[in-house]
Amino acid sequence: MAKEEAQKEPVGIRAWAPAVALGWLVPGGGHLLLKRTGRGVILLVAITAMFLCGLMMRGTMFTPQGDDLLTILINWGGWVGDACGGILYLMSIWLGYAQPDVAGHVHDYGTKFLVTAGLLNLLAMVDAFEIARGRKS
Amino acid sequence: MPKMNLSHFEAAFLFSLLVSAVLGVVTKNNDRERVQYGIYTFVCFMVALFGIGWLMYLGHR
Repeated sequence: MAKEEAQKEPVGIRAWAPAVALGWLVPGGGHLLLKRTGRGVILLVAITAMFLCGLMMRGTMFTPQGDDLLTILINWGGWVGDACGGILYLMSIWLGYAQPDVAGHVHDYGTKFLVTAGLLNLLAMVDAFEIARGRKS
Repeated sequence: MPKMNLSHFEAAFLFSLLVSAVLGVVTKNNDRERVQYGIYTFVCFMVALFGIGWLMYLGHR
C-alpha cells in the first residue's frame, strides 16, 4: 500500500529538469545523466552525425520570419527544429557555419538533416523526461 | 568544414540509418524490442525508398 502511494506520488521538477536540460544541450546527455550510458552514447553519436552531415551538405539554418501563414509555419517550425539541436546549433551559429539558402538537392537534404537532428533530440529529451519520471526504464 | 556530396540514394540511406537508430532507442521498453523496432523502421524506410523510386521511374517513362 505504501509502495503504491509512493509510486503515485508526483515527481517534482527537480527530478526531471536537469535531465531534460542536459538532454537539450548535449544530445543523449539526459540519458547519460540518468545512467543509461549505452542509449545515451547511441543518441549522442546518431544525432551528432546527422547534424554534422547536414552542415557538411551545406544545409541552411532557419531563422524566424513573418510573412504569410505558410512562411511563418515553415520558418518558425524549422527554427524550432534547428534550435532543438542544443550545443550543436549554438556552436554552428557562433562559429559562422550557418549557410545561406542555395538551390540543389544536396543542400536541401542538408537542411532536412539539420532540422531532423534537432527533432530527434527533442524525442530523446521526451524519453529522458519519461525515464526521470519513472514511466520508462 | 569539408563538403559532402551525396546522391539521392546515399542521402536517403544515411537518413534512414540514423533516424532508425534513434527511433529504436527512444520508443521501446527493453533492448530486444528496441533492436527489433530499429530494424523494422529501417526496413520500412528502405521499402518506401525503393517503392517510391520505382513509382517515379515508371511514372516518367
